Amino acid sequence: MTVIAVDRDPMARTLTIVAEFDKPAERVWQVWADPRQLERWWGPPTYPATVVDHDLSEGGRVTYFMTAPDGEKLHAWWRIVSVDPPRSLAFEEGNADDSGPNDDPPTTSIKVRLVETPEKTTMTITCKFAPTADKEVPGAGTESGMRLAVGQIDGILATTIVS
Amino acid sequence: MVVSRVGSRERHADDIFRALADRTRRDVIRRAMNGTLSVSDLARLYPMSTTAVQKHVAVLEKAGLVHLTRRGRQLLVQTEIDTVAEAQILLAEFERLWRDRLDRIGDVLAQPEEGDRS
Repeated sequence: MTVIAVDRDPMARTLTIVAEFDKPAERVWQVWADPRQLERWWGPPTYPATVVDHDLSEGGRVTYFMTAPDGEKLHAWWRIVSVDPPRSLAFEEGNADDSGPNDDPPTTSIKVRLVETPEKTTMTITCKFAPTADKEVPGAGTESGMRLAVGQIDGILATTIVS
Repeated sequence: MVVSRVGSRERHADDIFRALADRTRRDVIRRAMNGTLSVSDLARLYPMSTTAVQKHVAVLEKAGLVHLTRRGRQLLVQTEIDTVAEAQILLAEFERLWRDRLDRIGDVLAQPEEGDRS
């Protein structure tokens, strides 16, 4: 496995990471499609994941929990937005508690894309954090207004990094 | 990455990213850099009610992106630069989380699949 590209965009709230594997796409796909394989890599060794439900079809749910070193279970869920084996998967992720998914909006939307070449498979993962905001602004501005605001905040962040 | 609490960390990141997702709130962060504007000063800048602006400021305060100081009858808003920087740091931490996951995927793929005859 080699990570070949990473892009962090704080204002778009996205992280994109591209990795190469020397296996066919069908094989790489299995790490998502097979819950037992998913459990082996999703959680850190200190927070192993246990997948409870695993329905990788459009609209389907995946539920899992990670077990903390002190035994606390951190529950979470995915809702599958689209799936096209072995090429692409898009889902939203949210937090849950013992009794099941809570009413909070999803925290992250994740897109996975696999591209197979003769020798390897490239997997691109894009995580977008909290995509559901921005609706309570009355008379939300134009695209150019949005770009201006984003540019302004970029300036703040640039200043912050330097200082 | 020292994973002290993956869940709470993601929840905090969620607060920050949610706060930054809004155009007005990003603008408030920019204008409140030097901490001289009050909530009512800010309210005059946007085509919305003072209550609506107060709500935006409250979201920013909850995410730790601004803090409020009372001066007389005024409530002054000041940007918390450290938290804005934290948005950057959080993305870096998520990057590490995903790099670790990809490493583990590499390990899973390196082992023969169950039922493999090779």
